[in-house]
Amino acid sequence: MSAVTKADPATPAGSAHPLNRRRPLGDRGFQILALAAGLLVLVILVLITVTTAQQSTAWFSGGFKDIFQVAFDGNTRFGAMGVLYGTVISSVIGVIIGVPVSVGIALLLTQVVPARWARPFVYVIDLLAVVPSVVWGLWGIIVLVPWLQKIYVDIASGLKGVPVLGTLFGGPNVTGASFFTAGLILAIMITPIITSLSREVIATVPDIDKEGAYALGATRWEMIRGAVWPHSQGGVVGAILVGFGRALGETIAVALVIGDSVEVTPHLFYSGHSIAAIIALQFGEATGGEFRSALIGLGLFLFVLTIVVNLVARWFVERSTRRARGE
Amino acid sequence: MMAAVSDSLAQPVDLREPSGWRRSKNQIMTVLMWLAFVIVLIPLGFVLVTLIAKGADAISWQFLTNSTIPPNVLPLGTGGMGAAVVGTLEITGFATLLAVPLGVLGAVYLNEYGGNGILARLISFMSSVMTGVPSIVMGLFIYIIWVLHFGYSGMAGSFALACLMLPIVIRSSYEMLRLVPDSLRQGSYALGATKARVTLTVVLPAALSGIVSGALLAVARAAGETAPLIFTVLTVEQTNPNLFSGPDTALPLQIFSNAQSAYTGANARAWGAALTLVAITFILMIVARIITALFTRNTR
Repeated sequence: MSAVTKADPATPAGSAHPLNRRRPLGDRGFQILALAAGLLVLVILVLITVTTAQQSTAWFSGGFKDIFQVAFDGNTRFGAMGVLYGTVISSVIGVIIGVPVSVGIALLLTQVVPARWARPFVYVIDLLAVVPSVVWGLWGIIVLVPWLQKIYVDIASGLKGVPVLGTLFGGPNVTGASFFTAGLILAIMITPIITSLSREVIATVPDIDKEGAYALGATRWEMIRGAVWPHSQGGVVGAILVGFGRALGETIAVALVIGDSVEVTPHLFYSGHSIAAIIALQFGEATGGEFRSALIGLGLFLFVLTIVVNLVARWFVERSTRRARGE
Repeated sequence: MMAAVSDSLAQPVDLREPSGWRRSKNQIMTVLMWLAFVIVLIPLGFVLVTLIAKGADAISWQFLTNSTIPPNVLPLGTGGMGAAVVGTLEITGFATLLAVPLGVLGAVYLNEYGGNGILARLISFMSSVMTGVPSIVMGLFIYIIWVLHFGYSGMAGSFALACLMLPIVIRSSYEMLRLVPDSLRQGSYALGATKARVTLTVVLPAALSGIVSGALLAVARAAGETAPLIFTVLTVEQTNPNLFSGPDTALPLQIFSNAQSAYTGANARAWGAALTLVAITFILMIVARIITALFTRNTR
């Protein structure tokens, strides 16, 4: 093959760029292989959508009235609203608690701690990400839940009758395994990803902006407000959304601590359920029929939800890094 | 961005020390940032101490190697988690064999062939979106396309984990390939090498340690995943030496089922399995760190 190429008078040796010459089979084969591997990402994403949609037709054919109800009893009622509520509420709690902590750490590691001492701090935060989801769940159900149970009971009796707070945290049926416990665990679990993405974005703030703020007599906090924050806010919003997406899809830890009952209630100390958790816990019992189809349909629902959240998140992150490069 | 700066410009420039309130505000915010770090240390320290204390009680040579996982009611000391240790190593190992070469090839396409074309940009963007797809969805996907036709097996679990690892490996390898200086590629072209040869013998070796450490982090993440295995591997109590057929088990699956049990023996086994699993992921992460550290020293 290569002998033929060399003899080709159309591309005299020495003058042509190597890529313009007729290329050996192995070279083209490698390119096709690499392209196929890249396309695999798109193929998997499309296949996930198609196959889960096919398998959940029995659920979708039940119509909107079936899907848009709260109850999910595994028998005749397969509503998505109850579990969707639990997913969103626990993730929102996770984000509300996790974001100030994550952004605080990101600022600490980029603006306060000198760069050469930051590494050990980063390792510690990364340790959080290395502890598997199921281990957080194990710790949650055996250690955290019984301990929180007592605290919840105290808080609930203290807040009884207080408007708003009483609705959120009061009530007689408080349990250790609840929306709020799931939110706490999620907050811990999404902190490393929000911290590391925020750090990357904040690190792109040009030194000249920061020095300019200091030169005007700003304190460090005023410099962060005036120079760092305006520059990195879009990227940090993206980082928070990535964390929110992780929280929505987190399965095992939530399944162990959210309480395993499908309910829509404003009481955050009550037990609930989430989309991912109900799939994990009930798939084994769902032998055929509408039950299994409903669980797969909920999986599709979760997939679309997290894809949308991540699309928006990545758009924010990419836009802010493009801006940082001055494009 | 100029709002805060132009406000201070409107007034006469004051070069004295910041006023008391501005200084205290700065100090309060600094304390709050440190506080955020301390808040994170509390659950991390708590979980690690509990894990080591309870896990060390359970772990013994028999616990790690005995191939029969006892029923939940039995106390600690009978049987062991050998089946789950073997399962985790097999399933994660095979997933690595699938995901790492494909992921690296995908990254090669993005960086060496795709350029700034629309397809490469789409794949790059969708691979970072795909890192956010919940692991349980990957499990359902493999259940539908594989398990429904060919039954439960360790390999089905490997497929699900590989789907999870693929975008992570692509992203981390891509970042590493971008760091390889163009002069290396041009030098090799000047010697008449084909693009495939340049990529395989010059570009990939130059980025190798970065790619390996990124891949190890992906492996560490996959090894701890439970959700994708529930519908693909099922759970058995005996070692299944055949990765390619029949239900299998893995450490995360055992932790999950034993954590839900009301029996103390089962809970103790869950802690033992958890410590074993975390030890495996920590070792992978430390190896990745060492490789990264060597790599950064070399490039300097």
